[in-house]
Amino acid sequence: MEQTVEYAHATGTLSGIWLLVAIPLASAAILLLLGKRADKWGHWLGVLAVAASFVLGLVFFIKLGGLDAEHRSAELSMWDFIAVGNLHVDFGLLFDPLSGIFVLLITGVGSLIHLYAVGYMEHDPGRRRFFGYFNLFVAAMLLLVLGNNYVMLYFGWEGVGLASYLLISFWYGRPSAATAGKKAFLMNRVGDTGLAIGIFIMFATLGSTQYSYVFSNVGALSSTTVLVLGILLLLGAAGKSGQFPLQAWLPDAMEGPTPVSALIHAATMVTAGVYLIARSNHIFSANHTLQTIVVSVGAFTLLMGCIIGSAKDGIKRVLAWSTVSQIGYMFLGVGLGGGAYALAIIHLVAHGFFKANMFLGAGSVMHGMHDEEDIRRFGGLRKHMKWTWLTFMMGWLAIIGIPPLSGFFSKDPIIEAAYARGDWTSWLFGTAALLGAGLTAFYMTRLFVLTFHGPERYTEQNKHPHESPFIMTVPLMLLALGSIVAGFLLSRHSAIPQWLEPVTGEGEHDPVMNKTLISILVLAVSVGGAGLAWALFSKGTALQEQPAGVVVTAARRNLYTDAFNEAVFERPGIYLTRALVFLDNKGIDGLVNGIAAGVGGSSGRLRRLQTGFVRSYALSMLTGVVLVVGAFLAIQLGWLA
Amino acid sequence: MGDLKLPAIDYGALAPMLILFGVACLGVLVEALVPRKSRHAIQLTLSFLAIIASFVTVIIEHGTRKITIGGAVAVDGPTLFLQGAILALGAVSLMLIGERSMEKGGAFVSQAAITVGSQKDLRQAGEQPGATEVYPLTLFALGGMLLFVSANDLLTMFVALEVFSLPLYLLCALARRRRLLSQEAALKYFLLGSYASAFFLFGAALIYGFAGGISFGAVHDAVANPQRSEVLLYAGLALVAIGLLFKAALAPFHVWTPDVYQGAPTPITALMAACTKVAAFGALLRVLYVSFEGVRWDFQPVLGVIAVLTMLVGAVLAVTQTDMKRLLAYSSVANAGYLLVGVLALNEEGLSSTMFYLVAYGFSVLAAFGIVTLVRDADGEATHLSRWAGLGRKSPLFAGTFTFILLAFAGIPLTSGFTAKFAVFGAAVEGGQTWLVIFGVISSMLLAFPYLRVVVLLWLSEPGESTPTVSIPGFMTAAALTIGVLATFALGVVPAPLIDLTRDAAQFVR
Repeated sequence: MEQTVEYAHATGTLSGIWLLVAIPLASAAILLLLGKRADKWGHWLGVLAVAASFVLGLVFFIKLGGLDAEHRSAELSMWDFIAVGNLHVDFGLLFDPLSGIFVLLITGVGSLIHLYAVGYMEHDPGRRRFFGYFNLFVAAMLLLVLGNNYVMLYFGWEGVGLASYLLISFWYGRPSAATAGKKAFLMNRVGDTGLAIGIFIMFATLGSTQYSYVFSNVGALSSTTVLVLGILLLLGAAGKSGQFPLQAWLPDAMEGPTPVSALIHAATMVTAGVYLIARSNHIFSANHTLQTIVVSVGAFTLLMGCIIGSAKDGIKRVLAWSTVSQIGYMFLGVGLGGGAYALAIIHLVAHGFFKANMFLGAGSVMHGMHDEEDIRRFGGLRKHMKWTWLTFMMGWLAIIGIPPLSGFFSKDPIIEAAYARGDWTSWLFGTAALLGAGLTAFYMTRLFVLTFHGPERYTEQNKHPHESPFIMTVPLMLLALGSIVAGFLLSRHSAIPQWLEPVTGEGEHDPVMNKTLISILVLAVSVGGAGLAWALFSKGTALQEQPAGVVVTAARRNLYTDAFNEAVFERPGIYLTRALVFLDNKGIDGLVNGIAAGVGGSSGRLRRLQTGFVRSYALSMLTGVVLVVGAFLAIQLGWLA
Repeated sequence: MGDLKLPAIDYGALAPMLILFGVACLGVLVEALVPRKSRHAIQLTLSFLAIIASFVTVIIEHGTRKITIGGAVAVDGPTLFLQGAILALGAVSLMLIGERSMEKGGAFVSQAAITVGSQKDLRQAGEQPGATEVYPLTLFALGGMLLFVSANDLLTMFVALEVFSLPLYLLCALARRRRLLSQEAALKYFLLGSYASAFFLFGAALIYGFAGGISFGAVHDAVANPQRSEVLLYAGLALVAIGLLFKAALAPFHVWTPDVYQGAPTPITALMAACTKVAAFGALLRVLYVSFEGVRWDFQPVLGVIAVLTMLVGAVLAVTQTDMKRLLAYSSVANAGYLLVGVLALNEEGLSSTMFYLVAYGFSVLAAFGIVTLVRDADGEATHLSRWAGLGRKSPLFAGTFTFILLAFAGIPLTSGFTAKFAVFGAAVEGGQTWLVIFGVISSMLLAFPYLRVVVLLWLSEPGESTPTVSIPGFMTAAALTIGVLATFALGVVPAPLIDLTRDAAQFVR
């Protein structure tokens, strides 16, 4: 990369971008600090704060659109965040096309989900606390995408991690929620450590973490450094986005309230990894091996998510694995580089809508079914929940890529781009993506059919399912509209790639197959998968888990990844800690306790010198005087020194 | 007789001190002429106005760099910065001193001369409002400190030392509760203080003998180009330094600190911990940086040993303390050690980071002692550590605030304690004094233990039967606490503006 990257200074209206972060942050502070006093109106403040950010974001976005492509960015340095020695970190923000899209997604989808949560959490005693955390999340996420250097990004990164952890274990009374929170926290720690070391390397080799500086000078680094740096960033991205090998926490994170699953673990936070890679595109594009690694992770994860998703019976579990798999598509996109960055972002936005739509739909179903999650216990719900059914259907059609819904316009180009990688790997990754599309259609149709169609299989206490209140269905309708309309908007194919061009650059190979042929193949595979699922499940399904072959059993066990983690990391880890505890008790504790006893003992003895008598104080001072004067004279006479 | 010339005097540059001394004199008149009832309000208002006016003149004079009044006073960057710091910290201490709502009559006794424990004394302890002489005394002390950091010769410095010490001796004796302890503390402070002053004066005499002059510039020239025996120089330097080390509470000249901090009325302890420290280190910086820079390689190791000793003694002794005020006293001793590490960097960074540390530590320690005034039972403040057990359950806001301050003392990031320690240690490494930093870090680790022990005590212990209550702070204490905590937080998160200010100020005139 020989190009220099510069950002224009924020002027005029755009110098107010800090408000985007400040408003939800202030609201979170008010909600969490006021305590019970805010119980009555707190949730509305929470909704209002995010909506205000959205309106502001929209204004800034339009302003930004008015600038020409050369200067389409606004960088705002607020103050010196850290300044020690050579390390200078600005507290600065950057609003450019990429962060603009994210801001709109976060605040737009965020507002709808906040609104939905007002209804969903109505009977929960912790509703105000919930909205406090929720606002905190929005503020941190906005900081993540708006920072103008990696340290700010890391700040937001840890902030969303914290909010996610707090919200997963929101019902901390349930052991499963507490464990899921812990699992998310630990797995994220692995990724975050990678990101942190990556930032250290950046500072050590380039002396700065500022985006503009890093991207302008990445060409000066050796290719090994770029590779290591990229892998570390990728580790961070994989941790946050639930990609292989750090995917296990994401499905468990569904223990949190459903709006959390929709906003944090489907639409926004989990896409932070994609943002990180898209933002660092100058680093990733600088090394081909690195790109191959990203693409492999994406392709592997997307297939894995599909396979496991096909075998799950919890409505939110299936959606969670589907999220893992869809983010795999995005990783595949950003790994391909060039114009595919924009394709990944398109898919990210489209996914944000339809997945949030389906998660909220799932929440609505559970709301009407006494929190039942098992799709084997649903069936025929379309008669009882008209709106939920209709809106969920839009999400379903969108994700499996039926034209003219948004998934078709966002996933299809990624598959095309995978076929256009340029060497034999085109076949590998393209076919993986194609296969994924078929599997996606299969498991999503299974989910849809078992929930809304076929015979009713309700349990005793769920005899009378009912539709959710208005406040929950309205966001569903708006999101469904997004799942449809996003397709039309994005179908003006070059709009978003052109918009993002100042950030990601362009460039494209020709696919190894005819584009039209690929489109037809994708559609055929999707319809085939969906048809197969419809045929298999429209009559309902067994209520108990049935014995199954090797593949299905493996899929039910998450392809043994948990077992793998347990065998390879957890067990040796436990043995290691036991060994260390032993060493610690015998060796280090002995030393530490010895030192502590020594300090305590000498403290006790020294205390006795503090007699309270002025005469002895004067004597100790005199001793000091004699010693000090003596030392000075000794130096003067040359005895010391 | 015609050739007796008055020196040129820049009244503008001296205005901060003149205002304080003038209003202090006015305050003495108020004591004499105004009826007892209205004295408190008048004195308090006057004192605040004086401090504010003085602070404003410091700001107006911020660009002044000159030596005036016949070479006796140097007004330069460090002078103005430290004067501003003393005034700001002094204003916050004054809020604690002026608090009257938590105890009937305030923290001070009305007639200190009445025999302790007599019938008359018991009557006045319960009822009469406290002495209002504390306000002029405080102003005299603050004025003396301003002069102390701006003194440009050894005699002016000595006079300033006495001017600010004498009111402090008196103030220490004025506690309403536990007055015997208070009087004992004052007497100890007075005796040992005079003892140290004598060393200072003797040292000044020896240096005069060596340099043939007492102004710091003259001493600097003589050090660069010695005419007389250097024995005079080194002995003089040692003795002058000892006088200053005493005020700064560095080992082994710290012995008075715990007793005096414990015995003095808590607002006065706060004043001493914050402002006296600024004044003492300001003077030490000036003497070492201006006069004796030429022999830096000779005094650095000796003072280095003292810094190490101070850090270790302060930290180790803090471990076994059972009284909150004594614990804070030893912590202040250890902090004096860290400050000396910054001083011994002997570069511009050392100067600026030490000044930053003084301000950061001053605000935190004011907040800490402010909190100590709140924990009370029927006998006044309950300072024994065992009485603080479980206070977090009863008053989470209070305990949270105190925990935050303790974390700042321990040097946890996002507090000023971290940035300040980082700054002085960084300067010392740059100045080639890595060995001091190693001891500094060890001492910080030791010192974290007593702080965390208090945190554990606050939050994890069961409250006992006799756990005292936390008073609702009066307006002024609340304001002082808020300022202290906010400053501790702000200097930890956005230290850059103040650091820049100290860097701009880090140049002495000679």
